[in-house]
Amino acid sequence: MENSTLISIEALKKHFLTPGGRFTALNGIDLTIGKAEFTGVVGPSGSGKTTLLNIIGSLDSPSEGEVVVLGQSIADLNPKQAALLRRSHLGFIFQSYNLLPVYTVFENVEFPLLLLQLDDSKRRKMVMDSLEWLGLTDKAKSKPAQLSGGECQRVAIARAMVKKPEIVLADEPTANLDAANSHHILKTMVQLNKELKTTFIFATHDDKVIGYLRRKISLVDGKVLNDEITNN
Amino acid sequence: MKLLFKLAAKNLIGTGMRTWLNVIVLSFSFLIIIWHKGLLDGWDRQAKNETIRWETGGGQYWQSSYDPYDLFSLTEAHAKIPSAFDTLLFKGDIASVLITQGTIYPRGRIQSILIKGINSNQKLLRLPSSLFIQNSDEIPALIGRNTATDNGIKEGDLITLRWRDVHGTFDAGNIKVTGIFDTDVPTVDMGQVWVPLDRLQKMMDMPGEATIIVWNKEQKANVIADGWNFRSNEVLLKSITDLIKMKSIGGIVLYITLLSLAMLAIFDTQVLSIFRRQKEIGTYIALGMTRRQVVGLFTIEGSLNSVMAGLLAALYGIPLLALQAIHGMSMPGGTKGFGLAVADRIYPFYSLGLVVTTILLIMLITTIVSYLPSRRIAKMKPTEALRGKLQ
Repeated sequence: MENSTLISIEALKKHFLTPGGRFTALNGIDLTIGKAEFTGVVGPSGSGKTTLLNIIGSLDSPSEGEVVVLGQSIADLNPKQAALLRRSHLGFIFQSYNLLPVYTVFENVEFPLLLLQLDDSKRRKMVMDSLEWLGLTDKAKSKPAQLSGGECQRVAIARAMVKKPEIVLADEPTANLDAANSHHILKTMVQLNKELKTTFIFATHDDKVIGYLRRKISLVDGKVLNDEITNN
Repeated sequence: MKLLFKLAAKNLIGTGMRTWLNVIVLSFSFLIIIWHKGLLDGWDRQAKNETIRWETGGGQYWQSSYDPYDLFSLTEAHAKIPSAFDTLLFKGDIASVLITQGTIYPRGRIQSILIKGINSNQKLLRLPSSLFIQNSDEIPALIGRNTATDNGIKEGDLITLRWRDVHGTFDAGNIKVTGIFDTDVPTVDMGQVWVPLDRLQKMMDMPGEATIIVWNKEQKANVIADGWNFRSNEVLLKSITDLIKMKSIGGIVLYITLLSLAMLAIFDTQVLSIFRRQKEIGTYIALGMTRRQVVGLFTIEGSLNSVMAGLLAALYGIPLLALQAIHGMSMPGGTKGFGLAVADRIYPFYSLGLVVTTILLIMLITTIVSYLPSRRIAKMKPTEALRGKLQ
C-alpha cells in the first residue's frame, strides 16, 4: 500500500429499494486507499463494484457507515459540495466512454477545465498536454462519432486526467475494447499513475485489467472477500 | 452563466435538424405576430390621422345638447358661436359646423342625409370647402365619393334638398354638387351633404349659430364658452381605439395558436432531449456540474431557440416587413362599411416597442416552457442517469 490515505471507508452499507424488497449492494465494507495506488475492485456482476465507485465518487451516498474522500465525508456533502469535490479532485472513466457527442475531442477534454474556470491559454495548454499523453493530438478536431472505440476511451482518459485529479475512478474501462486497445490504454494509465501520482481505482472483472493492478480488492455479494497486493 | 450559454449554444447547434425545425416554426410566429400587430398599429395610426385631418382636428367644442348618437338632439343642438372664437374663425384656423337633418331626392329616390354647414374659409380640415362656388341660387354642395357613387351623383348635378328650419317649417331647394371629394373617413362621407355654413344658417334661420367648433391642434383648447363643451381627440377617436382593440383581441387568438404550436414543439424537444440525453446529463454531473447548472443548461438551450428564431426572423422578416411598410397592403373591397377610416392601402407600422415587446414576450414564454421539463433533471439520480436508465 502507498503512503498518505486519500479514501477511508468504514462499515459501509448501501441498500436499494427494489420492487422485490430491500437489496443490499454493499454490506459492511472497510477500506483505505492511499495516494498513487493502482487499485482494482474486482468481482462478478452484481457484487457491488460500481456502487462502491459511485459512493467514492460522491455520485451516491452511503446508507450506513462512513466514506471519507480527501478529508470530506460523502454522507455530509450537499449536492453542490459533492459537485465541487468531483469537479476539482475526481476524474471518471466510464465503460461506454460517455463523451459529449456534439463536442470535438478538444472540447470534450477541455470541458472539466471550463467548469474550473481556468483562463483560455492555460486551458489550451493543459488540453494539448493531455491529448499528447494519450496520443490524440491529431484527433483534436474530430467528433466522437468519427473515432474508434479505443480512441474514444483514450479521449475519456484524457478528459479524466486533464485537470490532474487526485483520484480517477474507472468503471469497466475496457469492457467495450478489444485486447490490443485494452492493453494500450491500460499501459497509458499505468504510466500516468507513475508520472502524475494519480490514484486509479478500477471496477472490473476483466482479467486484462486485473493483470495491471497493484492492489486487488475482491468483492462478492457486497463484502470484501480478499484485499491483496500484487506483484505488478 | 457565460459558460452555460456557450455550452447551450454548442449543444443546440449540434442537435441539427430538430433545432432548425423549431427555430423555423418559432421564427414564423415572431414574424406573423409582429406583422399582424404592425398592421393593426398602422391601421390605427392611419385611421386616427385621417379622422383628425378630415373631421376632428385638435378636438371639438360641442354645443351642450349635441349628441352624435341621437339624431333627434339635432333640433336643439345649435347655439350662437361664442365671440371668443371669432378671431380664429375669421382667420380660418378653426372650423364651425352646423348640423341638421335633411332629405335628398337623387334620381327620384328618397335619401335621408345629414346636412353639414362649414365655413368656406376654413383651412383646418381637408374638406375642400374652397369648392363652394356661390354664383347662382342653387346651394353649392360637396359630397363624398362613396355617397356620390351609391346615389349615382356626379359633379354639377342638381339635386332637390328638403330640410326643416328652426321653426319646424319644411323647406326645399336645389343643391348643386360643386365638388366630390375622396376621403378614407366614412363619417364625413356616408349620407352627408356639405354646404357653406352661412347658407345653412340662412336656410335654417339660425344666423351665427353652429353645432360644433373644430379646434386647431396647434393651439391649446383654453376657450371657456358657456353652453359649449370641449371634447378631446381622446374622446372623439375612442371608437377607433376600441375597434382596433377589439381587432387586437381577435389577433391574440392567432398569437396564442401560433405560440402554442411553437411552444409545443419546444416543450416536446425538451422532453425528448431530457429523455434521450440522460447519459449526457449523468456525465455533466459526474464531471462536476451541479444539478442546478444542468437544469440551467437545458433551460438556456430551449430558450436559445427563441434567440435563434429572432435572428432568423430578422434575416428574412426585416426585408419582407420593410417592403410592406413601404408599399402598404391593399384592403379588400367592403371595408368602407366598417364605419371607421380604412384607406385603400394600409401601411403597417412597426414600432421599436412592438418589436421589443414581442421578442421579450416570446423569449419569456420560451424560457418558461424550456424550464418546465428541465426541472425533472433536478430529481434525477446521477448514477441512474449515467447508465441511461429511464427515470
